[in-house]
Amino acid sequence: MSTMSAMPAPPSNDKRWKLVDATIKRHGRAGHSLIECLHTMQECFGYLDEQGLKYIAAALNLPLSKVYGVATFYHIFTLKPQGEHTCVVCMGTACYIKGAPQLLAALEAKYGVKPGETTVDGKMSVLTARCIGSCGLAPAVVFDGDVGGKATPSDVLKRVEKWMAS
Amino acid sequence: MTAEDLNELVEKELEANRGFTHSINVCMAAGCLSSRADQAMDAIKKELKAKGMDKQVRVRPVGCMGLCAAGPLVEIRDAAGNSEVMYQGVTPENAPELVASVGKAPVQSLVCDTSIPFFTRQVKVVLENCGKIDPERIEEYLAADGYRGLFKCIFEMTPVQVVEEVTKSGLRGRGGAGFPTGLKWSTVAKAPGKQKYIICNADEGDPGAFMDRSILESDPHRVLEGMAIAAYATGANHGYIYCRAEYPLAVKRLKNAIRQAERLGLLGQEIMNTTFNFTVEVRLGAGAFVCGEETALIHSIEGKRGTPRPRPPFPAQSGLWGCPTLINNVETFANIAPILRKGGEWFAQIGTEKSKGTKVFALAGRVNNTGLIEVPMGTTLREIIYSLGNGIPDGRKFKAVQTGGPSGGCIPEQYLDMGVDYDSIAQVGSIMGSGGMIVMDETSCMVDVAKFFMEFCKSESCGKCIPCRVGTSQMYDMLCKITDGTGTLEDVIMLEELSDLLKSTSLCGLGMTAPNPVMTTLRYFRHEYTAHIEEGKCPAGVCNAAGKVAEEVRA
Repeated sequence: MSTMSAMPAPPSNDKRWKLVDATIKRHGRAGHSLIECLHTMQECFGYLDEQGLKYIAAALNLPLSKVYGVATFYHIFTLKPQGEHTCVVCMGTACYIKGAPQLLAALEAKYGVKPGETTVDGKMSVLTARCIGSCGLAPAVVFDGDVGGKATPSDVLKRVEKWMAS
Repeated sequence: MTAEDLNELVEKELEANRGFTHSINVCMAAGCLSSRADQAMDAIKKELKAKGMDKQVRVRPVGCMGLCAAGPLVEIRDAAGNSEVMYQGVTPENAPELVASVGKAPVQSLVCDTSIPFFTRQVKVVLENCGKIDPERIEEYLAADGYRGLFKCIFEMTPVQVVEEVTKSGLRGRGGAGFPTGLKWSTVAKAPGKQKYIICNADEGDPGAFMDRSILESDPHRVLEGMAIAAYATGANHGYIYCRAEYPLAVKRLKNAIRQAERLGLLGQEIMNTTFNFTVEVRLGAGAFVCGEETALIHSIEGKRGTPRPRPPFPAQSGLWGCPTLINNVETFANIAPILRKGGEWFAQIGTEKSKGTKVFALAGRVNNTGLIEVPMGTTLREIIYSLGNGIPDGRKFKAVQTGGPSGGCIPEQYLDMGVDYDSIAQVGSIMGSGGMIVMDETSCMVDVAKFFMEFCKSESCGKCIPCRVGTSQMYDMLCKITDGTGTLEDVIMLEELSDLLKSTSLCGLGMTAPNPVMTTLRYFRHEYTAHIEEGKCPAGVCNAAGKVAEEVRA
């Protein structure tokens, strides 16, 4: 093994990099901690930008191609910034058969956003989840981390309207 | 930590419990939390304090009580731990009447009847502590015979005897494939190599399945104990729990449990003052279904893209970083402690001839009682759906039950009297899977359901092998054509051919089982496919429902 190069400087003075650094150091800059480091970066910044990916690649001594490969393989990681608010529609089997597609159709018809997209004004991102495990409350929607159960298209539109008006 | 220390801790915990006349258990698992159980608990605590009862009555945050549909659930237990009453749908506004009812006549309007089959027909092995103990306090797990199995192994048994006991129990892997656990353990134990690893697969990716999440949230120490026993039996000294990042509460409770166990010397170096070492780390998944496959999971722990590789060599010989690795599912590990405490023979008495023990199912979809249940292997589908599940809502007709998620199939009415075990489910074209059970009634279109799962497999395919990468995409396009009303009968024939191809030539389980939803729906509900093609209509009226909603919103 070649000796470890010096720890690179973070892309900016943003204090959040300290948290990313903590994860990198906790794992002794080991290459196998890549996914853990990407998780921390996304938690801190909301998404993974090019600068950040380059920084993590240098810190873990990995080729950028590998870091990019991992960041794009896993669905949880996003390379685009999210909207101010997020509306996650659960598309688990129970939610699906109880009408989750109708919820998405309503959001698309009203705001022109498909799953994975953000409204032009950056106010809201519409996302889907594979299953959030709240099958007893199907169909479930997560509004900014707050789970709402037994949702109907009009419920969802009403809830979202407040964000869009603010 | 010695046996005496353990007894002392347990005695202290029991003594503290005796100071209270009652305990109010509030479900703090994800299901009830999303119905605001935390607010209800805060209100109950405040009310107890206001009434000066907080010295006699303790409030205990507990894990899943099962009947998620009726959450938030609150149970009042007496000093000995016996249940006095269970309340459902509790809101913060109910706190005063609920607190006033402790030790007195229950509040009738909130009572959840626990004499219904949903509760009485269950046999709890894995879930024995769920809803009874506080998952964030190791003392409560210890007081419920926790870590006794590990003690027994370390002080009374050799590793070989531990493997024998697990083999004797007849336990099979609960991740879905049903591989004999004892055989897996003995392969790893016999594999040469100084460094071995234990991995707990908590990447519960099947949509509609939440058994593992509930176990981790409700009783995390049970899983750790199972892993530690496995480490002792196989000679491993380090373990990983690979958990979905979508389960933040489970991750938090696991990490907390690991810290507590390390502090008491039940995990870490020189466990219980012996030469046995075992450390555990949690690794987060990142939303890739294929990582439930063991070789893909190993790649993911190594920080790589989660793609599978051909087997052999199996992980038992060459797994994590090329070392012998034991991978078991959460529920499998959760069965280990009781097997060691009560013996393999005790466990082997439960269940059927070839499938021993119990199985936890997440019952959801078009059924009255949705939630988590644990029943002996061999319980019939009819009993699960109509007795425990209390049938289909609104008097509608049963159509199918989907087991095994995207790798499973849809089982029609004629097999309702079939006992559920690994082999019988496989015979009708589905798989046991990890335990998701989605009930569908006449409002579900089976072609649409097949399309739903194919879309899932298409986007979760890792792309490494061609049959899966291209095949799932082609099959999805054909299913779209059929649901759009532009499909032909040739498409159906092609679907069947591709199903065969994927099943026999894909690299890993994802591709091999991806056609199952299509094959079972073609086998049992072919008339629905023909109705879409020949009559141009969806018998269940599902296939353009989303379009109608969109029109309404635009209007």
